[in-house]
Amino acid sequence: MHALDHVDLDVAAGEYVSIMGPSGSGKSTMLNVIGLLDRPNSGTYELAGNNVADLDDSELAALRQQQIGFIFQSFHLVARMTALENVELPMLLKGVAPKERRQRAADALASVGLAPRSTHRPDQLSGGERQRVAIARAIVMRPNVLLADEPTGNLDSRSGAEIIRIVEELNKDGLALIVVTHDPTLGARATREIKMADGRIQADVLDPVTPP
Amino acid sequence: MRANDVFRLSFQSLMRYPLRTSMLLVAIAIGVSSVIVLTSVAEGGRRYISGEFSTLGTNLLIMLPGRSDTAGAGLQGMLIGETSRDLTLDDARALARSPYVARYAPLVVGGGAVSWGSRERDITVLGTNAAFRDIQRWELAAGAFLPATDLDVLSPVCVLGNLIASELFAGANALGEWVRIGETRCRVTGVLAQAGTAGLFDSDELVVIPAANAQQIFDTPSVFRIYVEATAPESMDRAREDIIEIVTNRHQGIEDFTVIALDAILSTFNSIFAVVTGALAAIASISLIVAGVLIMNVMLVAVTQRTSEIGLFKALGANRRQILLLFLAEASVLALAGGVVGYVGGQGGALLLRTVYPLIDFHAPLWASLAGLAVAVASGLVFGILPARRASLLDPVEALAK
Repeated sequence: MHALDHVDLDVAAGEYVSIMGPSGSGKSTMLNVIGLLDRPNSGTYELAGNNVADLDDSELAALRQQQIGFIFQSFHLVARMTALENVELPMLLKGVAPKERRQRAADALASVGLAPRSTHRPDQLSGGERQRVAIARAIVMRPNVLLADEPTGNLDSRSGAEIIRIVEELNKDGLALIVVTHDPTLGARATREIKMADGRIQADVLDPVTPP
Repeated sequence: MRANDVFRLSFQSLMRYPLRTSMLLVAIAIGVSSVIVLTSVAEGGRRYISGEFSTLGTNLLIMLPGRSDTAGAGLQGMLIGETSRDLTLDDARALARSPYVARYAPLVVGGGAVSWGSRERDITVLGTNAAFRDIQRWELAAGAFLPATDLDVLSPVCVLGNLIASELFAGANALGEWVRIGETRCRVTGVLAQAGTAGLFDSDELVVIPAANAQQIFDTPSVFRIYVEATAPESMDRAREDIIEIVTNRHQGIEDFTVIALDAILSTFNSIFAVVTGALAAIASISLIVAGVLIMNVMLVAVTQRTSEIGLFKALGANRRQILLLFLAEASVLALAGGVVGYVGGQGGALLLRTVYPLIDFHAPLWASLAGLAVAVASGLVFGILPARRASLLDPVEALAK
């Protein structure tokens, strides 16, 4: 039994892809492989010209840092840090100078409309605001791919719609967007919809039709 | 990552659990401060004793009757059926023949009632000669010490210790007064300066008279000790050989006495105390190892609690080395902070001891203070490795799922 079985997928720069499927269909594993958190046991994965199999832990981490932004269903903000510090975190890990770090983090927060909330801690923010902090953190390293794992799963429909609006705008600016979801309405918004079951790609639909 | 960011992150995560962190801090601090306090007690004792000895002068040899080892004259004495001979004033006088003997002083010691008018005190009476003042480095508060006469000469004079003088005379001038010692009387020629317990005698509570007078009072032909000062530290061995030769000849070829070199005793004391200090430091360090085990346990819990955070850091581009570094930094920041608190506490404890017992200089040796700190940080690092490795090897996918 393999989580992924003979999957062949090519995603172009700036594409908007949704990956759909029931739980256990392999869509999360797919996301982890794309996000360099997991490696395929066999087969190859190339990201921006790098064959992942050739990279060691620190090269993988560096590539992840530079190419991929993550958004999670449960936000994964560090509770003891302010919104600004959370956004600074990837740059802190990379060793960017504090002054530049603060400026870039503030800019990223402003771009998701959270400039006035930068000194708040996660527990002082609403769910939608937390996810916007997470988006700011995901884009602050200017990655090429934004990976969103059920980004609206913990949000009410209004905040969810706001989050989708923001990430789709980022996609229009050229950032490849890959959304993993089991919400058919959300999945159908993408320009390309991958349907998965039992670790295999069942369907690969361009310009899917929004279900009624 | 920048060093100060690593430091700040560790600090932040330590501050998240203030109670837990402060308990660990206290555990480490107790370890470090006990190293410092225990070694300062041992070192204080060593300094006190070596200070006592050094007031006696380091080129001092002390002769006492009898052999301390039974293999030599003791056995011979047993076979011949002869007990060891006492040392006498003539033995002392004969020492002047050696060119390596700078000065010598026989000691005749006993207890006696000393009185002036209606006041009387029971006190140590020391019979000796003028040279003893130089050997003991005694200062005089008033008057003069014993006259430099021959050892046999009886002379009704005495020198009073500072405390006994003020107790007997209560402010009146003691010089020239006649005091009574047992059945005899003597005129006070001098009063010693206050010195406390310096050397082997408490010179504040002492009456010094000529050796011949003391032999008469205590009705003895013998001498308790003979103090000999060599001309220089280098001539100690020569002086010792001469003394042994001279007195052995006088005792019909039997070496029935013992010569002790003060510096030898001192170095023996020093090496004993060095071992004691080291042992105490080692024992106290065990508590630091225990604190290290505590750190390890708490860090292991922390790794479990912060699994999703570790996963997040990896998703944000942290590699294994960085995660390892962050956790190790946390353990060592904690250990260092505890070490500093313990250092301050330990020095405070030593200060308290010095305040309570001002006579003894309680100071932890520098090596012990530094070793205490170093062992604290090292145990934080060593015991931090296991949890930090565990954190760094976490699978980011599983970590993020939590």
